[in-house]
Amino acid sequence: MPKTRVGVFVCHCGNNIGGVVRVPEVVEYARTLPNVACVEDNLYMCSEEGLSSIREQIAEHGLNRVVVASCTPRTHEPLFREACEEAGLNKYLFEFVNIREHCSWVHMHDPVMATEKAKELVRMGVAKARFLEPQEEFESSVFPAALVIGGGVAGMTAALGLANQGIQVHLVEREQELGGLIRGVRTLFPTGQASEEVLHPLAEQVRSHRQITVHLGSEVEDAGGFIGDFDVAVKADGQVNNLKVGAVIVATGAEELKPTGLYRYSELGNVVTQLEFEERFKGGADVPRNVVIINCVGARIAERTYCGRFCCTTAIKNAVWLKERDPEAGVFVLHRDVMAYGVQIEEFYRRAMELGVRFVRYDPENPPQILGTDGVDAVRVQHQLMGKEIVLPADLVVLTTPLVARDDNARLSKLLKVPLGGEGFFLEAHLKLRPVEFSTDGVYVCGSARYPANIPESVSQAYASAAKASIPIREGVVRAEAITALCDERTCSACGNCVEVCPFGAVELQEGSFGRTAQVNPAQCKGCGCCVAACPSGAMQQSGFNDRQLLSMIGALAEEMTGGVGE
Amino acid sequence: MASESSDEGGNGYEPKILVFACNWCSYAGADLAGVSRLQMPANCRIIRVMCSARVRPEFVVTALSKGLDGVLVLGCHPGDCHYSEGNYFTRRRGLLLKNLLQFVGIEPERFQVRWVSASEGAKFADTVEQVTEQIRALGPNRPRSGNQSAEPGDR
Repeated sequence: MPKTRVGVFVCHCGNNIGGVVRVPEVVEYARTLPNVACVEDNLYMCSEEGLSSIREQIAEHGLNRVVVASCTPRTHEPLFREACEEAGLNKYLFEFVNIREHCSWVHMHDPVMATEKAKELVRMGVAKARFLEPQEEFESSVFPAALVIGGGVAGMTAALGLANQGIQVHLVEREQELGGLIRGVRTLFPTGQASEEVLHPLAEQVRSHRQITVHLGSEVEDAGGFIGDFDVAVKADGQVNNLKVGAVIVATGAEELKPTGLYRYSELGNVVTQLEFEERFKGGADVPRNVVIINCVGARIAERTYCGRFCCTTAIKNAVWLKERDPEAGVFVLHRDVMAYGVQIEEFYRRAMELGVRFVRYDPENPPQILGTDGVDAVRVQHQLMGKEIVLPADLVVLTTPLVARDDNARLSKLLKVPLGGEGFFLEAHLKLRPVEFSTDGVYVCGSARYPANIPESVSQAYASAAKASIPIREGVVRAEAITALCDERTCSACGNCVEVCPFGAVELQEGSFGRTAQVNPAQCKGCGCCVAACPSGAMQQSGFNDRQLLSMIGALAEEMTGGVGE
Repeated sequence: MASESSDEGGNGYEPKILVFACNWCSYAGADLAGVSRLQMPANCRIIRVMCSARVRPEFVVTALSKGLDGVLVLGCHPGDCHYSEGNYFTRRRGLLLKNLLQFVGIEPERFQVRWVSASEGAKFADTVEQVTEQIRALGPNRPRSGNQSAEPGDR
């Protein structure tokens, strides 16, 4: 083992650090630390002058570890790592010490304490740096094909988004026909055009695309692997088709809630859901005169707290359709609040009122009552604004229910190792910043599989997921930061704790040269270190955050550092 | 260098607190506190880990048995973990560890787990202030049996 020679570089950051922390004192202190071969300070360590001083000192002093005490690794680590690499030093032999955000900027009025703190932080950084090891980044190739699960609007759009970039796509649809939920919808908001007008050209493009293989009547039976290299078994008519893909898009959609037990649904023939209403009158059956629509059925309640987002729009659309067919029809929408968000829907809502659709607010504590014995005759509701009970004649009651997550989501989430949220919908990596990605690399989501989404929303999400999924495929390789976990097979007892806690399914017990032990797949490991803390024998370690490195920092904070390491 | 916590007797006692902050939320929250120039006591020293779940209970015990006055573990809010569920492990381990500390005669308040997101610079500053004052009120940590914990290089 060659002598460990640490170079410490302290930044003034103009006045940002130097105006509070007494940098010369920190420099002098760093010189006294074991293994420190050289200490420099610079007005701006990140300037070209600062960076070249790092490169020069590495050569001149034969440095094999570098510590920079300046700002935050979250912005500047890549820059200093690169400087190390340029000087021929593995970039994982670099350690960052934050004495600006965590010190000079937050202790501006206490230079004495701030200087003491900066010294200790440098001491901790040097302590860790001495135990850093060079690392190689894991690189793996990406199979140039993608799987899209679900052949609705979202799935078809995502498949086209990829295929039009020249990427081979497998589109798996459970039903015998493409189209998803929209197949059951008669007309579309707000133009009133037939859903076929949107659906048929889209499905035709998909079917005729050379780069898309459509698997109808098919389901994903099994899936394994990781970004760049997924193995997926697709089952159709008892036949299993094994596919290899580099990325997966989940576009499985959602289904309409069947409100069993609410408003005498399934007991009375003329109490139907919105989709059943669309289905019933698709063929031009006689439309009843008096229709009462009840919104928020099974939504925004204790057991299902979310808002279905476009069910109000659906209700308005069908109310307008009824009124346009028959201006004399009595159409009432009983609601809790009308969610007519955005410009178009608000206008549509106004148009419904102009056409004579009546909107009545009901109290969920005192919900509308369905009257009638063999079928609905009327609906009794407490009118909240008038403050009195009214009875509305009804030949038909339409219940507006939200989309709910598919039961199959749980199975698919286990297969693909991606999470579900509380309501059973797929959960994206970040609500705001990563809305169509999962935290598991190489798997993406769009449409109502994630949360109830209307057509424009599904289409934009599909574009986004296709764009995201195409990145690794077009790059051809994926690289992982070398902070992954690694198991020492000699000390592993194969207890399997690590397998249990890994959120990414990256650890498996496998037979190796030391018998059955835990093995980490670096392509799947995201470097959280959960498994390391769960390992009772210390066999599992994390590169760049191993026990020796972290304990040396704790030791350095608690006491003086004595004795060098290495020869 | 003279350790601050050697001044145990008088009003000059300054506790020394070790903080573990996860890379994605709490470390970024601490950075935001800095960028916002939120002033806070200078008793905390942060060790960055990728996830709060990386913090082996042994680290906490080692720190306290070496005489550090407190250990604060900061992670993303439950449900917001960058790694989906790491902070749930942190939460469960934290509860058990507090019981263990009490059992071995260390004030459990010396070890705390809190959630600070990347956008909560002010919460980071408040947390540092509160925890520093709580630990200051406990007085210096006097571990009974010296440095019996793992040394670097044991593994």
